[in-house]
Amino acid sequence: MPINNAKPSVLLRSLTASVLCGLMALSAPALANKQDNTLRFAYDQAPESVDPFFNNVRIGVIIGANVWDTLIYRDPDTNEYSGLLAKSWKQIDDKTIEFELREGVTFHNGEEFDADSAVYTLNFVADADNKVTTQQNVNWIEKAEKLDKYRIRLTTKGIFPAAIEYLAGPVVMHPAKYYQEVGPKGMNAKPVGSGPYKVSDYQPGKSITLERNTGYFTDSPKHGAQIDKIEIRFIPDRQTQIAEALSGGMDFIMHVPKDQAEQADQVPHLQVVSGETMRISLLQLNIQDGTPAPELKDIRVRKALIHGIDRESITENIVGAGSRVLNTMCFPSQFGCTDEGAPVYKYDPELSKKLLAEAGFPNGFDIEIVAYRERNQVEAMIGNLKAIGINAKLNFLQYAAMREQNRANKSAISNQTWGSFSVNDVSASTPVFYGGLQDDMTHDAEVIAAMDRGNNSVDPEVRKASYREALARIAEQAYGVPLWSLPVYYVANADLDFAAYPDELVRFWRMGWK
Amino acid sequence: MLQFILRRLALAILVGLTVSVIAFLLLRLSGDPAIAIAGEGAREADIELIRITYGFDRPLPIQYFDWLGQILRGDFGDSIYFRSPAGPLILDKLKTTVILGISALAVALALSIPLGVLAAIYRNSWIDRLCLAIAVVGQALPNFFFALLLIMLFSIKLRWLPVSGSSTWQHFVMPAIALGYYIAPPFMRLIRAGMVEVLEADYIRTARAKGLPSGKVIFKHALRNAIIPVVALTAVQLGYLLGGSVVAETIFALDGLGYLAYQSITFKDFPVMQLIVLLLSVIYVTLTLASDIANAWLDPRIRVAQA
Repeated sequence: MPINNAKPSVLLRSLTASVLCGLMALSAPALANKQDNTLRFAYDQAPESVDPFFNNVRIGVIIGANVWDTLIYRDPDTNEYSGLLAKSWKQIDDKTIEFELREGVTFHNGEEFDADSAVYTLNFVADADNKVTTQQNVNWIEKAEKLDKYRIRLTTKGIFPAAIEYLAGPVVMHPAKYYQEVGPKGMNAKPVGSGPYKVSDYQPGKSITLERNTGYFTDSPKHGAQIDKIEIRFIPDRQTQIAEALSGGMDFIMHVPKDQAEQADQVPHLQVVSGETMRISLLQLNIQDGTPAPELKDIRVRKALIHGIDRESITENIVGAGSRVLNTMCFPSQFGCTDEGAPVYKYDPELSKKLLAEAGFPNGFDIEIVAYRERNQVEAMIGNLKAIGINAKLNFLQYAAMREQNRANKSAISNQTWGSFSVNDVSASTPVFYGGLQDDMTHDAEVIAAMDRGNNSVDPEVRKASYREALARIAEQAYGVPLWSLPVYYVANADLDFAAYPDELVRFWRMGWK
Repeated sequence: MLQFILRRLALAILVGLTVSVIAFLLLRLSGDPAIAIAGEGAREADIELIRITYGFDRPLPIQYFDWLGQILRGDFGDSIYFRSPAGPLILDKLKTTVILGISALAVALALSIPLGVLAAIYRNSWIDRLCLAIAVVGQALPNFFFALLLIMLFSIKLRWLPVSGSSTWQHFVMPAIALGYYIAPPFMRLIRAGMVEVLEADYIRTARAKGLPSGKVIFKHALRNAIIPVVALTAVQLGYLLGGSVVAETIFALDGLGYLAYQSITFKDFPVMQLIVLLLSVIYVTLTLASDIANAWLDPRIRVAQA
């Protein structure tokens, strides 16, 4: 019973009214659209540095490709190489390449591009003391020398056939004078490249704004950018990114989970594009001495595992549009990747059970799978394995923890995914897991020897034959389960005109409005 | 009083040190930092180099005391990820978090004072139960879920507020509501209990008997006295807000301390992570200490009981 005579309706009404008034007073947020020719792009991770040599995240690669130029250009449609900052190049011997550079190119700060820029950049990144983050992208470079103002000579440490691919990808060119003066720290604070976009505003950890480089050289294969401004904001939460796209606050987001992308596809002002990426998924089987799962040493058990996983069905129903089943441990477009001569293992649970019984496991066994991403895919595989009597337990870890466990020989089965740093050459993928290095759980001498032959020859035919031999042996011996390529889903403003590429590189200079 | 303050201060320092040790050990237990820093595809030699460069190869107690010594000398170290001094980095983000914390507190008080008063006035009626229901929902609803509901309503459906970011005041409205609603229930219960007690006091009866308007009796005479314990709770809740904004800042992409904490956990940025934990524990301990002292000053029974 009320203890005084105040009317509840009066108090409640005033409370409600004040809340509503407050909300009505709020103005609507500025919405993204094509009228202001600005693309608003949300990404979940901020790069530790914008300098392409000092970060190892995808957004860093994307910014790198749009703000900087490389000596060589790889056409994403045909995978053919052509000149970008270099006009032409010539392989002098196994370890030497000479480049003729393009004249009349300037960096965003007005500095001229010439042999000094190329030589300084290459020698700087090759020097281990400068601690480039992505060492694997540069540690093959021995030295660069200036021949004249527009000619340089590059020497590799060993025979390194993928050099051209790296020079068309992660190895960008910096302005020599500026870089010498400010170093990587200054380059991160105020980035200067020569690419089709220049950085106009950068707030570390928060946002980066790119503006179209109106003075970009017309001979460039990256010429013809249409969108004036690109605003990239770092939004860690996936749901928030989706909400931004739904509310019109963002024009472009990537790496959207399949189910959410399918929902976004129902929204009229959005479009969903999915594309295959170079990232492959595989199961590594530990057959080294001291493995926690000695069962895997029996080839029949390993074959039973491959036959027991319904890769076609998981690819179609869970992995999503754009992915495909792999027969060998590499991405099909990579130079040297083939499934020629490799057996194809069909989904056949009955055969799996038979193989397990022959190997002395008629009732199956218990085993652990370690994984660090795509949990739903691993769970689907675990369901498949259960049907053939193998009780697999998922141990889901952070990537670093998983690798630590793998390298300590404590993992039985490890679900690896590998993006090859977008390098379109087998030397960047299969050898990582089968080339006898620390992530190899097989250490097969024949495979290692064939991989080495492929890695250390500049003769394309020798390389192809060597990789074919290695890949076929891995498949014959069932040293792992090649699973599928992973797709990426993009959700974008329906007015945006863009294409998805397997290297997951977002090429702003090829985007426009419909 | 001085003895009381000294005892409390010693306790606060001990709590701070304990938190720093636990935080230091927990962070190290989560995996080899060198591997995390080296990233995907690093070779063993690269990892070993990082281990030596950052001193992760030394025994844990030595690493801890080294770090503590540096902190005491005012050297907060460098962020491994952002490659810049950790101190200025954290100070830069603190502003956003403080604005968010204070706005959330304002929302919490704006919500809990009227509701607490209403619940007390209409004790045991449907209004009281409605206020209780609002409080229970606020406490039970996960923070992130409520934040997403707000986004759905105000950004996607009504398009009144921006989803994320921190460039205008509008960006703070939803995070402040999400956080404020979460911490409102204890305030509401405290105000209700205080008001119920005060409203039955003799001086209120006297005020009413004098014929004062009921609004004046409630807000000027009763609430003033009922709100004293809320002041102490406010200090503690503000400390909680500064540390508890990780989820809200991550969802709304507010570039504050909570978001920085999330990033530094993701990237195993130990110097930043440790410094944030230390800073927050110092803030929390200081606020608790301040509220203890204020309470003891206001109410002599507390200092007598604890002495």
